[in-house]
Amino acid sequence: MALLEVRDLRVAFNTPDGVVEAVRGLSFDVERGTTLAIVGESGSGKSVATQTITGLTRGARISGSARFDDTELIGASTKVLQKIRGNRIGMIFQDPLSSLHPYYKVGWQIVEMIRAHDHRISTAAARQRAAHLLSLVGIPRAESRIDDYPHQFSGGMRQRVMIAMAMALDPDLLIADEPTTALDVTVQAQVLEVMRNLQEQYGTAIILITHDLGVVAEMSDEVVVMYAGAVMEKGARRTIFYDHHHPYTEGLLASLPAQGDIGARLTPIAGAPPSLISLPAGCPFAPRCRYAFDLCWKETPPLAEVYDDPTHLSSCWLSSNREMRHLDREHADETDAQAQAAEPEEWSA
Amino acid sequence: MSDPLLRVEDVVKTFPVRSSSLFDREHAVVHAVDGVSLEVMPGETVGLVGETGCGKSTLARCIARLYPLTSGKVWFQGKDISNLSRGDLRPVRRDIQMIFQDPYGSLNPRRRVGSIIGDPFTIHGIGSRKEIKTKVQDLMETVGLNPEHYNRFPAEFSGGQRQRIGVARALALRPKLVICDEPVSALDVSIQAQIINLLIDLQDDFGLTYVFISHDLSVVRHVSDRIAVMYLGKIAEVSTADDLFGTTRHPYSRALLSALPLPDPDVADSRERIVLVGDLPSPTNPPTGCRFHTRCPKAQHDCVVTDPPLEPVFDDPPTHRTACLHPLAVGEDLALAVPHIEDSEIVADDTTEGGAPLTERS
Ligand SMILES: Nc1ncnc2c1ncn2[C@@H]1O[C@H](COP(=O)(O)OP(=O)(O)OP(=O)(O)O)[C@@H](O)[C@H]1O
Ligand SMILES: Nc1ncnc2c1ncn2[C@@H]1O[C@H](COP(=O)(O)OP(=O)(O)O)[C@@H](O)[C@H]1O
Ligand code: SF4
Ligand code: SF4
Ligand SMILES: [Mg+2]
Ligand SMILES: [Mg+2]
Repeated sequence: MALLEVRDLRVAFNTPDGVVEAVRGLSFDVERGTTLAIVGESGSGKSVATQTITGLTRGARISGSARFDDTELIGASTKVLQKIRGNRIGMIFQDPLSSLHPYYKVGWQIVEMIRAHDHRISTAAARQRAAHLLSLVGIPRAESRIDDYPHQFSGGMRQRVMIAMAMALDPDLLIADEPTTALDVTVQAQVLEVMRNLQEQYGTAIILITHDLGVVAEMSDEVVVMYAGAVMEKGARRTIFYDHHHPYTEGLLASLPAQGDIGARLTPIAGAPPSLISLPAGCPFAPRCRYAFDLCWKETPPLAEVYDDPTHLSSCWLSSNREMRHLDREHADETDAQAQAAEPEEWSA
Repeated sequence: MSDPLLRVEDVVKTFPVRSSSLFDREHAVVHAVDGVSLEVMPGETVGLVGETGCGKSTLARCIARLYPLTSGKVWFQGKDISNLSRGDLRPVRRDIQMIFQDPYGSLNPRRRVGSIIGDPFTIHGIGSRKEIKTKVQDLMETVGLNPEHYNRFPAEFSGGQRQRIGVARALALRPKLVICDEPVSALDVSIQAQIINLLIDLQDDFGLTYVFISHDLSVVRHVSDRIAVMYLGKIAEVSTADDLFGTTRHPYSRALLSALPLPDPDVADSRERIVLVGDLPSPTNPPTGCRFHTRCPKAQHDCVVTDPPLEPVFDDPPTHRTACLHPLAVGEDLALAVPHIEDSEIVADDTTEGGAPLTERS
């Protein structure tokens, strides 16, 4: 059994403009000791989904299931969730300042966190553990830095402090929501290395949320591609990069600046993501898809095996039929000119 | 060879900061740009890369004369514009325009996009109301916006479209030089590609010259003819895009390139990673000698005292200049380098970023 099994998760918010369907039927598994990357454009529901799993979403309509090592998290009591958070599921967010208290010393915050979950540990022992954790994540002179305040650390160091805190209780699962998005590449490289090393050492499973396909290629074992609150494609890392099926995945990869071909026009995906309020029937990607055909506008495709491969799923009407996809590729090349012409497509709010 | 459109000569820009350090409360100064020289030819795109706080935006603002220079000179079309008065700057301001990162923050939410894009005409007193409207609608069409949306508010546009509004406004007065400061950094990749295409097309159509700032090396590489790598207010290496990637000389450039995550599992698995130790030193108190010596895998004793000049190394062409005393030879493996330098020689804060000074421990 997988460590975490998410099934048909749905999250909707009531807003003055209407019901925002942020997550619309999300399913995935996370295996022990592996890294699952969730990738998608901003607003695709990555953060809402993972925050809902850990019980941090307020004022939303939630349905579906998230089983973590035999405990159902959706609908679980605050007490159960609090115990699991930190203890068994560690979390790091994009902006480490928002989760570190500015008025308390960094070490004190880690010590409190350890003691909150382990009542038997002495303050001195917890403090020693905190210092050890800080040095594990590469903070020089950890023994003395433990008495510094968050603002005395740089952005990259704060993020490492957050990782230290998330790892304090040796969790089974670490959820990292855009942990390096606010960081420079050289600092990002340091933080990613820390995460890799900790996983190797402790066998922690990681859910890595990112919009950076480079980070996905460097870090993941499995990849979930999200769009408009739903999974478009799911598969092993190499499958997603070299043998992807879904037109959205194809579009994402094609829009990256390629190696070589400097100065050439890029291949963007036409248009913009849809509004999540009263999304029409059909495939959510249809308005931007170069392969779209009649059925796509009428019915939402299920997440189905690609060419009978149980580890590779795609939510596309062309998923099961290799022939059809080929034919459609040719058709798409013909109609590409039209898609390009429609490039700055209407964006409906 | 034609004359450069822009020549930046030894430009220095410092900002006074309030320091909480007990000693130099009066004298704390951020060395945001510290002696940068650069030429930009007509029709060329020069990329500026480097980590946060290395002075890219400050340099851009010095070029656009949005900041007075602390010292140094900026020549535009052969004319020294470093000390022009406000009035004399007016024509220059038409020729040099900026596009900013934040398509949300840089547009006033309460004004209609038509009037936002028309601002430059109004400010420079060009055309009647009706003429301005026609011009603005032409511009909207040029950048791929629907001219009928003239009366809409910024909030009614998506992120990519808001960036198009910024581009339209920058193009209004037919500038010669456009400085793009992280123009696509806030956008999702699929939208980012739309805006990059727009900038490439506009350059072809209007013969624009770009200074293109980004911390994303893959984007900069894609659009730039030449690239300057900055570190703590100085240029570490400048060359054609091809040479920078093909014959990387500066250890910092190499580290930057190796840290860029590549969207290709095979490459990601097989390439060497150089993970720099330590943090960016504070620009309030930059390291002596070569500013990179506190983190450089190749640092030697002389790096602590000598500030290396930016010049061709080995048999590099004059277009490829590197500020390093021990530049990388072709094929040299930086991952194998061992710094010959004592920890005690390293004289810099290891704790702070940006302009935030090291605070006293309580
Ligand atoms: N108005 C100002 N007053 C004081 N310090 C400033 C000011 N503007 C910039 N600085 C400092 O000057 C240095 C260079 O800043 P700059 O904004 O040019 O960096 P940048 O390379 O554009 O960084 P980023 O990638 O984050 O945009 C930084 O240390 C910054 O904190
Ligand atoms: N508390 C909330 N109330 C209403 N809408 C929300 C709320 N939180 C998130 N959303 C909406 O849900 C969608 C998904 O958001 P999010 O999960 O944050 O996206 P991502 O993390 O993929 O960028 C977005 O349209 C967002 O505006
Ligand atoms: S279902 Fe249709 S519209 Fe959706 S991705 Fe597949 S081909 Fe494109
Ligand atoms: S001068 Fe010395 S410290 Fe500076 S980059 Fe070269 S080798 Fe490194
Ligand atoms: Mg998010
Ligand atoms: Mg900047």
